[in-house]
Amino acid sequence: MQQLSYFELVGFGPNGWGWSLLTAAGMTIAVALCGFLAGSIVGTLVAWGKIGGNAIIRGLADGYTTVLRGIPDLLVIYLFYFGGSAALGAIGSLFGADGFIGVPAFATGAMAIGIVSGAYQAEVFRGAYQVVSRGEIEAARSVGMHRWLMFRRIIAPQVLRYAIPGLGNTWQLVLKESALISVTGLVELLRQSHIAAGSTRRPFDFYITAAVLYLLITWVSTYLFQRAETHSMRGMRRAS
Amino acid sequence: MDFAFMRDTFFTLIGGVPLTLNLAFTSVALGAVLAMLLALMRMSGVRALDWPAQAYVFVFRGTPLLVQIFLIYYGLGQFRPTLQAWGLWTFFREPYWCAVFALTLNTAAYASEIIRGGLQAVPYNQVEAARACGMSGFLLFRRIIFPIAVRQALPAYGSEIILMVKATSLASVITMMEVTGLAAKLISQTFRAVEVFVVAGLIYLILNFIITRIIMAIEWWLSPHLRRPPSVEPRLEAAHV
Repeated sequence: MQQLSYFELVGFGPNGWGWSLLTAAGMTIAVALCGFLAGSIVGTLVAWGKIGGNAIIRGLADGYTTVLRGIPDLLVIYLFYFGGSAALGAIGSLFGADGFIGVPAFATGAMAIGIVSGAYQAEVFRGAYQVVSRGEIEAARSVGMHRWLMFRRIIAPQVLRYAIPGLGNTWQLVLKESALISVTGLVELLRQSHIAAGSTRRPFDFYITAAVLYLLITWVSTYLFQRAETHSMRGMRRAS
Repeated sequence: MDFAFMRDTFFTLIGGVPLTLNLAFTSVALGAVLAMLLALMRMSGVRALDWPAQAYVFVFRGTPLLVQIFLIYYGLGQFRPTLQAWGLWTFFREPYWCAVFALTLNTAAYASEIIRGGLQAVPYNQVEAARACGMSGFLLFRRIIFPIAVRQALPAYGSEIILMVKATSLASVITMMEVTGLAAKLISQTFRAVEVFVVAGLIYLILNFIITRIIMAIEWWLSPHLRRPPSVEPRLEAAHV
């Protein structure tokens, strides 16, 4: 068989892997986005625990962020992948279903990313909350706002504004972490490149393409976060 | 929770610790040299040096480490005849060296930014003072700039080392049997994910705790000028000699 050129290989022709790589890149973005949003929810709750909780809740929240930032992400993914199917298997055996029940790889991946990035986002939110001036919160209370209203109108908008740079960093982490989900068999960008590399015996060409696509996603998201930052900071007086 | 099983797991997994530390420290040490070079390239003010260093940092920080590892371990296999001709194949055939190579290239990108930050944080009046004393070139760098920059960069470098210890877990994907590799093998054999995970996580936490403490000790040792002077009681009798 005649050796295909690089552009035939990753292009959109009959022998090209272009579409499958792009679909896989879409899957990477989807799983990273779901994980990031799950992480935002976890992070908000943990940050709340760190700021407003009693000693026990604060200790738990601190323990959570310390542990999750101190162990490798891959280990967490293995826990969710194997642990999740073991738990489902146990539930299944209660209902008489024997054998291995696989957890959907997408849900596992998004959950694992959410749990890990939640720890990072909690620190980002906590840092941002501390920047919100006490006077604003007192003012909100003095006009009679209740907790939820105050959170929605005063705290959340300001925390989000100050958190955007930190969230941008976390998003980059999440994006790179999503490559680890490939070990569970989810066909995202790295997995698809692995498959293509295996079936064409051109590993370098595919992995370098994957690297370029990851760079492209990183680059676009950096730009978007910068836009969001300047947008959120409009009307703010800057020191410099 | 089955504690006998967890104890056995602990002794199995502890066997992976030397390889984990070996990978982490080899790549951090080699990466530091490369990072220093990159930082100096970026600060040289010469565009032909600055630009490639910037591109390097962008590429290695913008792509996942796992992609870099696959690119080196599997990807370079595509050029096997060429590498064999150059005598490099024995190096790239070994998963250990591929992992070290990938981790080194990766940490160098992050560390170069940390070092650059440290070098840029050196107050300019210190440099001026040194120049006024007649220091220049390497002597100025060795005596004034480098020691101040190291103190500035050390906390950030500490977290980079922790990140590298965590990153060595990716070497398990290319067959290296370090802590995560052993843990994954054990999980797939026993299907007791939670117990193995707890033990492996504990090992990583202990490792990272020890490393953080060592870095803190080095920071303490490097900053005697910031510490409160020990209160020494004046020796009264000495005054009457």
